[in-house]
Amino acid sequence: MGHPSSIGADAVTERTPVLSVRGLSVRFLMPGGRRVAAVTDAHFDVAPGECLALIGESGCGKSVLASALLGLLPANAQSAGSARLGGLDLLTADEKTLGRTVRGRLIGLVPQSPAAHLTPVRTIRSQLEETVAALTGVRGRAAVRAAARAAAERVAFPAGHLDRHPHELSGGLAQRAATALALVGDAPLLLADEPTTGLDRDLVDRTVDELRRHVDAETGDGTGRGLLMITHDLAAAERIADRVAVMYAGRIVELTDARRFFGSPGPRHPYSRGLLQALPDRAFTPIPGMPPELGDLPGGCAFAPRCPRATGACAALPPVTDGLACHHPLPASGAEELRSTTPAPENARA
Amino acid sequence: MPEQPLLELRAVTAGYDRRAPAVRNASLTVAPGEAVGLLGPSGCGKSTLARVAALLHRPDSGTLLLDGAPVRRWRHRAPRAQRTTVGVVFQQPRLSADPRLRLTDLIAEPLRATGRREDVPDRVAELAAAVGLTPDLLGRRPHEVSDGQLQRACLARALVLRPRLLICDEMTAMLDASTTAALVAAVEDYRTATGAGLLAVGHDHTLLKRWCDRTVHWDDVTSGTSGTSLEPSVPSAM
Repeated sequence: MGHPSSIGADAVTERTPVLSVRGLSVRFLMPGGRRVAAVTDAHFDVAPGECLALIGESGCGKSVLASALLGLLPANAQSAGSARLGGLDLLTADEKTLGRTVRGRLIGLVPQSPAAHLTPVRTIRSQLEETVAALTGVRGRAAVRAAARAAAERVAFPAGHLDRHPHELSGGLAQRAATALALVGDAPLLLADEPTTGLDRDLVDRTVDELRRHVDAETGDGTGRGLLMITHDLAAAERIADRVAVMYAGRIVELTDARRFFGSPGPRHPYSRGLLQALPDRAFTPIPGMPPELGDLPGGCAFAPRCPRATGACAALPPVTDGLACHHPLPASGAEELRSTTPAPENARA
Repeated sequence: MPEQPLLELRAVTAGYDRRAPAVRNASLTVAPGEAVGLLGPSGCGKSTLARVAALLHRPDSGTLLLDGAPVRRWRHRAPRAQRTTVGVVFQQPRLSADPRLRLTDLIAEPLRATGRREDVPDRVAELAAAVGLTPDLLGRRPHEVSDGQLQRACLARALVLRPRLLICDEMTAMLDASTTAALVAAVEDYRTATGAGLLAVGHDHTLLKRWCDRTVHWDDVTSGTSGTSLEPSVPSAM
């Protein structure tokens, strides 16, 4: 299936990435000539059938990166680098291309707050039907109606709730409705921006499991979907990610395999380690201090002021080697030390 | 007779419509210095119960006792001594912070409201350090800081009158792991220093089990009834 060149590419190397981001930077120009470095020099790929979780503290630039991919940056933003998706560079595409071929068709957005994303005055059925008519070739009232019902079924949204308005749905069902809308266009890339914020743990698990299912399912052309999930919820990331990218102060400081990151040997960047150790089922100790202002970043490593391993070398920006930007990463064998400092949950209160 | 509870809720029924109360027949105690975690799914009514305990919502029936004394008046009508016994931190800092106030004024507001203006400089400086806010952040308004920074200010505001009971309603649900750990550590430092009690309401049992001396589940707090009248917000099918 597919055309000959893609078969060749599959045979020679791994599958061609769905999304390929190179040197992506975003700057906001503020009044008074101030510049805010929201994203700096991001490099990553998302492969078909893969989930990449982009994690980091709030305000580190994660959502700006998502807006850049969708062409939704405000007017005072300048972007550089490239983000290739199916032969198109998302950063240079004009609004017409973004509106007609990218949003919904090449990128399905699973929003942060489904309750705010859905149109409050219309039923779920009406919104699904409109989306089907706009994004697919289905024509005719009966066919559109059937396609909308099928879209709801795909995310296990109960048919009996289709005629409800968003405020009549629980958080979990609203989330499914939003996911159904994101999947209608059969986009090769799903972009989920904090899809689990404010949900309780059971609902988080169910939401991410559903996203995982859509990544594992084959798309119409048999290639599979990629998922870029932006989140500060490390438990959700652990549950579904194949790879993890850790962002700090606008830079990706570590990009690694999820099993190695959450299990053994564990994260190698001191910031990533600090984030994991802050979890209540690990050491439950915060990283001292707060992230720097993106408008006023230090010259060298932005994490150095909070880093227990910082040295004089940190005054220079660390180069990215092997998916890691740090002058003194934790040794790969540091996993044992990391695990042994993790007290049992019950007796750990200070 | 064991020591008198700091907070006692007896058979509290509360809500926004008498025919369909959000909380039915809930009972719960917090001993002096004790940290109690109240666990329950979204929409079960636990925030309503937290509002009752914080004297912010008058229950339809039942009794609330603070230090053994029944509470008879609520919100601004509650006697100051009872009102200032309790400090509250809510889930969404944006909705619980006046957007016009600088963080320093946000933290100082309870002192001004209770005529302790002269304590403002010392208390604000002390609390800003305790919750990890730097002086430049104190001069900003809510839209100029992150959720995590604003929640730090809201915690400082809740502690400024030295409450003997702190109620945290999903205080960290919007926050990342490191900010969560930092805020919990700030609460625990305060409790260690003052012996204050804590009622932490939430759905994250890993967090509450780690944080609190004792956790109770919503179903046990409201036992004796067949559950609440709300339709379950979480469908049971996976």
